[in-house]
Amino acid sequence: MNTDLNQILDKYKGDATRLMDILTDIQTEEGCIPSDAVAQLSERLGISRVEVEQTISFYHFFSQKPVGKYAVYLNDSAVAEMKGRTAVAAAFEQEAGCTFGSVTEDGVIGLHNTACIGMNDQEPAAIVNGVVFTNLTADKAKELVAGMRAGKAVQEMVTELGDGVNSSDLVQSMVKNNIQKKGDVIFSTFESGSAIKKCIEMAPEAVIDEVKSSNLRGRGGAGFPTGLKWEFCSKAAEKERYLICNADEGEPGTFKDRVILTETPQLVVEGMIVGGYALGAQQGIIYLRAEYTYLKKYLESVLDDYRQKNLLGNNIAGKEGFNFDLRIQFGAGAYVCGEESALIESAEGKRGEPRIRPPFPVEKGYLDKPTSVNNVESFAAVSQILVKGAAWFKGIGNDKSAGTKVLSISGDCEKPGVYEVAWGLSVQEMLDMVGASNTKAVLVGGPSGTFVGAKDFSRKICFGDLATGGSVIVFDQSRDILETVSNFVDFFCDESCGSCVPCRAGNGIIRSTLDKVINGKGTKADLEKLTELGTIMKAANRCGLGQTSFNPVVTTIKNLPEEYESRLQEESPYVPTFDLAASVADSCEYVGREPNL
Amino acid sequence: MSKPVVATASLAGCFGCHMSILDIDERILDLIELVEFNKSPVDDIKTFTKQCDIGIIEGGCCNSENVHNLKDFRKNCNILISLGECAIMGGLPAMRNGIPIKECIEEAYLDGPTVADCNEKKILPNDDEIPMILDRVYPCHEIVKIDYFLPGCPPRADLIWNAVAALVTGGELALPYEVVKFD
Ligand SMILES: Cc1cc2nc3c(=O)[nH]c(=O)nc-3n(C[C@H](O)[C@H](O)[C@H](O)COP(=O)(O)O)c2cc1C
Ligand code: SF4
Ligand code: SF4
Repeated sequence: MNTDLNQILDKYKGDATRLMDILTDIQTEEGCIPSDAVAQLSERLGISRVEVEQTISFYHFFSQKPVGKYAVYLNDSAVAEMKGRTAVAAAFEQEAGCTFGSVTEDGVIGLHNTACIGMNDQEPAAIVNGVVFTNLTADKAKELVAGMRAGKAVQEMVTELGDGVNSSDLVQSMVKNNIQKKGDVIFSTFESGSAIKKCIEMAPEAVIDEVKSSNLRGRGGAGFPTGLKWEFCSKAAEKERYLICNADEGEPGTFKDRVILTETPQLVVEGMIVGGYALGAQQGIIYLRAEYTYLKKYLESVLDDYRQKNLLGNNIAGKEGFNFDLRIQFGAGAYVCGEESALIESAEGKRGEPRIRPPFPVEKGYLDKPTSVNNVESFAAVSQILVKGAAWFKGIGNDKSAGTKVLSISGDCEKPGVYEVAWGLSVQEMLDMVGASNTKAVLVGGPSGTFVGAKDFSRKICFGDLATGGSVIVFDQSRDILETVSNFVDFFCDESCGSCVPCRAGNGIIRSTLDKVINGKGTKADLEKLTELGTIMKAANRCGLGQTSFNPVVTTIKNLPEEYESRLQEESPYVPTFDLAASVADSCEYVGREPNL
Repeated sequence: MSKPVVATASLAGCFGCHMSILDIDERILDLIELVEFNKSPVDDIKTFTKQCDIGIIEGGCCNSENVHNLKDFRKNCNILISLGECAIMGGLPAMRNGIPIKECIEEAYLDGPTVADCNEKKILPNDDEIPMILDRVYPCHEIVKIDYFLPGCPPRADLIWNAVAALVTGGELALPYEVVKFD
């Protein structure tokens, strides 16, 4: 290994809870985590070899085998497929001379599939050594491979820059924001520092009361009232407390947190500082998905700016004893790490395996201390609530859902991108807004959400009806919905952490049953079983992943039954997939006999 | 009315589930009052002599003979029950499912510690009389329709007894927690 491990370990003070950062640095430098590094880390960090290895093996972007000098991670999620990923992948394979899931013999180019990278409005997209390439075509893929063969620096291959901050010196990315609609809360005016100024004039309890009375509900998907969560955390007995911003944004189809963090990170940082004040937390963490590493320098500069203005650090804004600082923690490619307790495990340097609750993070979270985990957009809303008041916020949206929601809309529409709308918009209004016509189905809330068909287009996007963390995907009449469902089932099979049998096996059963249906061997009874399995998974799994992963199948069976009906076997209630001839072919050939069937 | 007829079979199983059938102890006397046994290792009847009401299957399918047997049971029994982990999921034998069949055969006949030195001619059994090995071990419900599943390894005698009694008498199946908990 060429990397200086001492330097990396010093950077993180030899702290085993920073294993994710240590591994990220090694992976970036070496293109893999070599086995001698594993041995040394185990010794130097005082943890077992297995503990190091299990963290490595859990995350998609860590690998004990070299991933290639140029490691291409091409998104293979549903919308990428809809936008022409297959041709792009074929071009990569042909030009590079290796298939996806492998590295060229000379070790120069590695081709890897990866789950949604948060670029659904500009697919097909790939990440090469941390640099994002969007709107790929077969020709662009060829150019990229030629550049790699010529030994170009990856950043050099970026030929055009995106809009807004994406083109700034610190980002220099071709990613586009595509902000199609600005609303009153997030993409609105905000004077940096104003929320902090406001909050230090208030008692911490009063800040929490203000957030409570605004009726702000968490924007990450689950919709738990933010003020209430903060109150629980602030009442915990222990005084060492943590605040975490969930910027993992792994739900396929969501990309609004990326845009918020690019265009208005001050709102988020300030919301966290306000939260630090309200909770009496001393340390905050922004858990950012590895896919957004291209924002690292920029976000660090934003934090530095706050530090320089004495709005982050000790005695913030001159308020004696108000000490709060922030660091960015990168993930390494694992959807389940968006689940708050898995996120905490990951931030502690471990496998992202959801914890058994209770105790909830507000009692025992990061390093077993009281911790509040909130979404990027939730923090951003807090900043505005402080400045403009709870009553103002409550006046936007509808009775169940206060404020606005930033939607990430992609798929079959003219204007994919980010839209900040007041809660309560109907699906049809949304479709008109994004220029979607001839729509067959809409997926609200990503794969863990709900598929709806035309009869439900009058339903409203808000809590109590179609809730969403932000992902909205539109499908027109030309789409085979089961193809998309199938893609999402693969996604959940890959991303399940494997702790619970009804999740690990349940998703596998969904996979094989769906295959049976797609291959024309399914029956009505199979569909009934799938729905029943969903009920079991909801009741028996530990975390939100396994409690919702059946939704693509179950909600399409319910809301788009016509997608299944034409494929079902009519007459027989039971059709097996088993084929005796096929199943004995290999063994007969090997022992040298004719199958007698 | 004549007594309901029961048949049982052990496919790719260890006979543990059948042992559990016998584990109903003296209730076996009640059982033969209630039902008549047809094809089963319990009475050693080798072929079906009449249509049966209930078929109980232990074990999944690892070879072609298991498949024929299972299909035979489906044909000859009105109600078919998968009894135990192996029948329901493949169980222990299904541990080979991740290993290519070629490697399994090599380990069994050429390389395994008990055969390595005694199969000099490297004979692989391939007589027409011998069942053909399937690419993996299949749970029964992937091959024929199964009506009921009784979990456990083996399922507790009480569970088997309660289930058969409920089927025969038409009563509710008693499923107290103790009967279906395994650890
Ligand atoms: C599998 C899974 C993935 C999740 N991913 C995210 C995510 O990427 N971002 C997020 O804010 N919340 C995510 N959540 C929800 C979090 O557990 C948590 O509820 C949320 O971060 C709380 O913040 P909020 O109250 O502001 O929404 C996820 C939940 C599950 C079960
Ligand atoms: S439900 Fe699935 S992802 Fe969640 S803890 Fe259980 S196995 Fe892991
Ligand atoms: S389920 Fe258990 S007892 Fe029954 S056959 Fe299989 S291994 Fe034997």
